[in-house]
Amino acid sequence: MLRRTLLASAAVAFGLGGAAFAEEELTAGFIYIGPPGDGGWTYEHDQARQKMEAHFDGRVKTVYQENVPESADAERAITQMALTGADIIFTTSFGYMDPTLAVAEKFPNVKFEHATGYKRADNVTTYSARFYEGRAIQGHIAGKMTKTNKIGYIASIPIPEVIRGINSAYLHAKKVNPDVEFSIIWLYTWFDPAKEADAARALIENGADVVLQHTDSTAPQAAAQEAGGVITFGQASDMGEYAPMPRVSSIIDNWAPYYIERVQAVLDGTWESKDTWDGISTGMVGIGEITDAVPADVKAEALAMKDAIAAGEYHPFTGPINKQDGSVWLAEGEVASDGDLAGLNFYVEGITAEVPN
Amino acid sequence: MDLGSINPVLLVASIMVSATPILLAAIGEMVVEKAGVLNLGVEGMMITGAVVGFAVAVTSGNPYFGFLAAAAASAVLSLSFGVLTQFLLSNQVATGLGLTLVGLGLSSLIGKPYEGMKAPPISKVHIPGLSDMPVFGKMLFSHDVMIYVSLLLVVAVWAFLKYTRAGLILRAVGESHDSAHALGYKVVTVRLMAIFFGGACAGLGGAYLSLVRVPQWTEGMTAGAGWIALAIVVFASWRAGRVLIGAYLFGGVTVLQLNLQAAGANVPVALLSASPYLITIIVLVFISARGAHGAPGSLGRSFHASH
Amino acid sequence: MISLEKRPQPSRLWTAITPIFAVVLTMVVGGLMFALLGVDPIEAVRTIFWDPLFHPQFAGFSRPQLLVKAGPLILIAIGLSIGFRAGIWNIGAEGQYIMGAICGAAAGLAFYPSESILIFPLMILCGALGGFLWAMIPAVLKTRFGTNEILVSLMLVYVAQNILISVSTGLLRNPEGMGFPGSRNFKQWDATHNAEIIAGTGMHWGVVTAFIAVIAAYVLMARHIQGFNIRLSGEAPRAARFAGVNPARIILLCLGISGVLAGMAGLFEVTGPAGQITGNFNAGYGFTAIIVAFLGRLNPFGILLAGLLMALTYIGGELAQLMLSLPGASIQLFQGMLLFFLLATDVFTNYRIRFGKREAA
Repeated sequence: MLRRTLLASAAVAFGLGGAAFAEEELTAGFIYIGPPGDGGWTYEHDQARQKMEAHFDGRVKTVYQENVPESADAERAITQMALTGADIIFTTSFGYMDPTLAVAEKFPNVKFEHATGYKRADNVTTYSARFYEGRAIQGHIAGKMTKTNKIGYIASIPIPEVIRGINSAYLHAKKVNPDVEFSIIWLYTWFDPAKEADAARALIENGADVVLQHTDSTAPQAAAQEAGGVITFGQASDMGEYAPMPRVSSIIDNWAPYYIERVQAVLDGTWESKDTWDGISTGMVGIGEITDAVPADVKAEALAMKDAIAAGEYHPFTGPINKQDGSVWLAEGEVASDGDLAGLNFYVEGITAEVPN
Repeated sequence: MDLGSINPVLLVASIMVSATPILLAAIGEMVVEKAGVLNLGVEGMMITGAVVGFAVAVTSGNPYFGFLAAAAASAVLSLSFGVLTQFLLSNQVATGLGLTLVGLGLSSLIGKPYEGMKAPPISKVHIPGLSDMPVFGKMLFSHDVMIYVSLLLVVAVWAFLKYTRAGLILRAVGESHDSAHALGYKVVTVRLMAIFFGGACAGLGGAYLSLVRVPQWTEGMTAGAGWIALAIVVFASWRAGRVLIGAYLFGGVTVLQLNLQAAGANVPVALLSASPYLITIIVLVFISARGAHGAPGSLGRSFHASH
Repeated sequence: MISLEKRPQPSRLWTAITPIFAVVLTMVVGGLMFALLGVDPIEAVRTIFWDPLFHPQFAGFSRPQLLVKAGPLILIAIGLSIGFRAGIWNIGAEGQYIMGAICGAAAGLAFYPSESILIFPLMILCGALGGFLWAMIPAVLKTRFGTNEILVSLMLVYVAQNILISVSTGLLRNPEGMGFPGSRNFKQWDATHNAEIIAGTGMHWGVVTAFIAVIAAYVLMARHIQGFNIRLSGEAPRAARFAGVNPARIILLCLGISGVLAGMAGLFEVTGPAGQITGNFNAGYGFTAIIVAFLGRLNPFGILLAGLLMALTYIGGELAQLMLSLPGASIQLFQGMLLFFLLATDVFTNYRIRFGKREAA
């Protein structure tokens, strides 16, 4: 208890002291899991941070700390950010969940925004994006374009988000190409360019002519380019430097509108705790330009699907869908609930691999 | 599972690409250790080579300039280790670890402006006759120049240590610096030259990562390759030929486990990704159980001429 | 011409002065680097070395954090230093740290949600055992087959990391965690929470154990016959053998001690500051501890100070990132410099500098 009071009074003292010399009305802090130069996940959060800062044109100051491990260091980094006067703190990796909540308890007046988690409090909000919507479009293009009927998938860590992506891509590839097969490689890392390059090569050498990735570096794109005749999709960021081939489209995480909205809410005094899980409809999930390497009819279908998802007319997980073991998951016409999707830990029928442990 | 989908020709070609960075770094480190110096800073030198090589290649548009610059930069960096351990007689293990820290920090500072850029492509050699051979042509004779440079380097190091007088002196210095000194050899000079060479090789290995294997620059991209290179030197019991085998074996297991996953083999993934390290340990045990060590006698010890 | 002359005894004066000298040198050269990066060097150095200790607004938080960060570093480094003294190079403390945490956590989680007071001691025991067994692999391979312990212990770090990822997404995963990786949070389970003993001090059981280990290591190395044997094995292996010291015993002892301490450090970290087993809770403590051991010159009290200094540069470095937007990499470089300068100035402790013409050798 003593420590909490100490911290709180320190925070108050700094808040008062800070206001005297700072011109900005508000400080927004960001905790990053990787370096902003990863070209993927952290890169997009950092881009959004910069756009948000530019949007408020001097009214908001941003601070960030990069490469914060999901360990005891996270809690300290978040606390120090709160202590040094941040009014709202975005913690941008799943592993920051418990540390974020622990710090939030000590700083009731600071707002916390935790990406991809599920625990909330009065001053802790969660936000994430429905990446599986983008995966559905990728699956469609992949299924249409593969000639070998083998699609390679570089997966990171077996968590629901990644498994959702695999299922979504598989369902939509299978729908347009019943012969399609998925080869999945788990790397157990979000970011390791050398491993990602090796994995992409292994998939290509095993006959895949489409490589999907759920890891953050552009190394698989480079490997596909070198191999030739293979298509890929940008992950997290557009990876447009590999367009028009091998990168034929991408899923872009676009956090900027959300960050602007939330910081605006703090400025207006209207911020409150909530859970945001947005997709294509709000632009949080962006679909990067589909290049001319994709036949015009396929492109048109993909865009139609995008519009249908955006309009809420189509949900990528609409029954009938069976689980891998053949049992029924979703009946004809049934749509997966958000609760089901949030904890998804099984493959759908047809995928031959097994989810690790 | 469909193991038939693994194409052995492409597999071997991939293994060569995957093994070359560690091969280059390991062959350099072997020379350093043969001179009696244990430089644990390979990781730091490799990543410095990776970033400098990439930066120069991008700026000049010529990947070979990149390789040269990488070798030079890492060699110069390794001299900081040389000065500390040879003149100021600091502990080699600690200094090597310090070198790794410095290299990692320095490289990410230098590399910031080069993130997200593409490296100029490096052309594959075409050897008339050989490259056109069925199977082996694509497997062995259609690579980039650096793969052949790395192989030549192994042969050169082997011949140098075995047949030249300079190689003999270097080994004498590593075996017993006191006797070598008594014989009138300049222990410190020999060791500095070995460290310099080791640095240059590590730099080439790093540049191969950022210019060919990945190819791009990202912070921390060596991801432990330098440590593997160190392991391979011991694994090879300080013999050039075995360094080659060790590097290709390690590269082989790494690539093979990915191929097994891609082919749908039903083996726990955690076990597969740990397999390169486990297999290295098992082979190390076999080699040491046979009693073949061959560690240079003065390895890791400071030399001070107290006459 | 400058030449070095070995002192008959390490200079006590220089032993005391060189660390200060090295820190000052690091501040100067590091300051230059910060200036090149466009940050006021004096402000940067002050943020790193002074603010975490004395900043009126947040030193109340960062001072205890110093102990939190230094605790595991010291605990692991003490174990390593004993081996290093004997010439046994355990580079794989990171793996022992991970395995200690996994075994200890697993032992605790097996009894969830019991609130028995016996659970935490049991976890500590299992943590120590996990680290011990993981260290016994290189130890036994070395004594049995003469396999190089540097490499085996290092390779086992990667194996341990794979096990860690596997259990955090499988065996030890929180069943109420919505399928996400990571175990239950020990902070939310009182019986297993390694909380601060006195609130607001950062002092948890791991820090206490680290302090005890410092004293125990001092007693062992300076007063106990085994300590003498360990030092003898490192300094003069042949003499040690003649004196009847069993080298295999020394190897098992040294690796065993460092494994136990690293394993305990892992357990204390995972039940305290980190809170849960996740794929990357380890954060490289086992490697940093090697640097701490050398910074402290393998002396228990030196390691205590070195651990605190290292922790200071980490916490100060984080503050510098946050407040001055210094890139994280520059902090890494700064730490590397500190180590380099310490090693470089160390020469004065054991050698005397002679100016003047050297006679022909």
